[in-house]
Amino acid sequence: MIALISRRLAGLIVTLLLVSALIFAVMGLLPGDPASIILGTSASPDTLAALQKEMGLDQPLIVRYFGWLFGVLKGDFGRSYTYGVPVAGLIAERLVVTVPLALMAIVISVVIAIPLGVQAARHQNGPVDWIAGLVSHISIAVPAFWVGLLLIILFSTMLGWMPAGGFPGWSAGLGPAFRALLLPAIALALPQAGVLTRVTRSAVLEVMNEDYVRTALSKGLPQGRALWQHAFPNALIPVVTILGLQFTFLIAGAVLVENVFNLPGLGQLAYKALSQRDVVVMQMVVLFFSALVITMNFIVDLAYLVIDPRLRAGMR
Amino acid sequence: MIRSLLRRPTLLIGLVVTLLLFAIAITSLFWTPLPPTKMQIAQKLKPPFSAGLLGTDQFGRDLASMLMVGAWNSLSTSLLAVALGATLGTAVGVLVAAVRGLTEMVVMRVCDIIFAIPPILSAMMLGAFIGSGRFTAIIAIAVFMVPVFARLTLGAALQIWSREYVSAAIGMGRSRTRITLVHILPNISNQIIVQVTIQLGLAILTEAGLSFLGLGMPPPAPTWGRMLSDAQTFLGAAPWMALMPGLAIALAVLGLNMLGDGLRDLLDPRDKT
Repeated sequence: MIALISRRLAGLIVTLLLVSALIFAVMGLLPGDPASIILGTSASPDTLAALQKEMGLDQPLIVRYFGWLFGVLKGDFGRSYTYGVPVAGLIAERLVVTVPLALMAIVISVVIAIPLGVQAARHQNGPVDWIAGLVSHISIAVPAFWVGLLLIILFSTMLGWMPAGGFPGWSAGLGPAFRALLLPAIALALPQAGVLTRVTRSAVLEVMNEDYVRTALSKGLPQGRALWQHAFPNALIPVVTILGLQFTFLIAGAVLVENVFNLPGLGQLAYKALSQRDVVVMQMVVLFFSALVITMNFIVDLAYLVIDPRLRAGMR
Repeated sequence: MIRSLLRRPTLLIGLVVTLLLFAIAITSLFWTPLPPTKMQIAQKLKPPFSAGLLGTDQFGRDLASMLMVGAWNSLSTSLLAVALGATLGTAVGVLVAAVRGLTEMVVMRVCDIIFAIPPILSAMMLGAFIGSGRFTAIIAIAVFMVPVFARLTLGAALQIWSREYVSAAIGMGRSRTRITLVHILPNISNQIIVQVTIQLGLAILTEAGLSFLGLGMPPPAPTWGRMLSDAQTFLGAAPWMALMPGLAIALAVLGLNMLGDGLRDLLDPRDKT
């Protein structure tokens, strides 16, 4: 078990290193040099050369990569060109918005999707199944940021119940902070819930035909109990897999939804860094998001072992 | 043909919606109610039916015309991106399936890595350097599609490689290139077609997101994403501006997803879940 986990961990570290190298290479090899971006076109060649030297841009790419990597490992993410402050602080400030937002979205989508998917499977081809299918088809197709706009129109401009955007900060208290995150989290959760409902339904349907479920039913166990105690735990593997795979889309959605609701999260930071061509910040945010996705998939891998004891023997 | 269509409502609805989308997009190339960039300030922010079918935006431009041209812009960008991603990904997939070994491990790991970077972010990275625009959007979406198709074709191709008729072909001394062209590709083409349909929907969603952030086609070319980002400023005064482009995106994606599901059902009867 420990050997297995440590092997997985080594794989995770290698992947993270490769991602960091890829991001650094893309940012380093693309045309347009950060020094000339900062100085603009009117700078003299001498000033440009001096700034390039100061930023270490005269060094070969590989040297710069390792310098950057060791910095990142020590917690030194570099200094933002535009804000003039350490990037680590900028990211930490934004994480306390993006991470709770993503978690809330996951919780909302699970709370909607799992009961809906299970009920759809239980009443296969009935009206509940039909409605669940239609709802999930539609919710997969709508862009999260558009749902956000609609929620603002309905709950903020028309009804006036919720704030239209902005974030008061956690120091304003849990209530106002959660209130500010609720609509964006719902917008983010809806498309996820659609995917999750479909996967839950088909996974439950598949295990419902297994012998042990039939046995449980023929023993006289009520259908609901057979479903939740016997079928559902066995249907969890594909559900958890999709939760992990969908995380990439959740992150992408967060970038957009944060911009709709004007939330000071990582996505908005990336967007601002882009318009200001702040390469150091861009690099770190992209690395951070990718690392989140990769770590999430790693956690999903580990979750398999918890959910399904058989895999502990199988996945050596 | 028609009867099998009628028996599959998902396929039928998907096909109708998708064909309608293509028809509107192509029509916009030679006819729109008004020129989509024509500004009539006197007519600005008019609700639907009072000026044009769907109303006007903050510059008095006709929303229906913009929506039509937006369909073409969104669809052509997404089609190019998926075509590029699917071609590259399929090539990588069948190549790796033919070679296997260390190559398979390396390529699949690279796929995992590319897959970890959401296309919105790769578009931002690219946009920071080469500038944002249609080209950036196409590349960013295509890059994300490559691992999707590589994984799919590798899995499907490996199944075909283990079939007896392939073993027979190997025994007859056929080259791996020839086996790939004659046996592998034709036998996995159905799965690729289904995937292209579904990924096209995803590409439209991503393209809309990119244009929403200003990373898509530059103005004044209308795109659904930028129409939504324009609408954001006028949510109180002109909520209809936010309604139609989002509905268009949702309908297009819904149609393509249903078409993909229907096609899967039709082409691959084994997988019915």
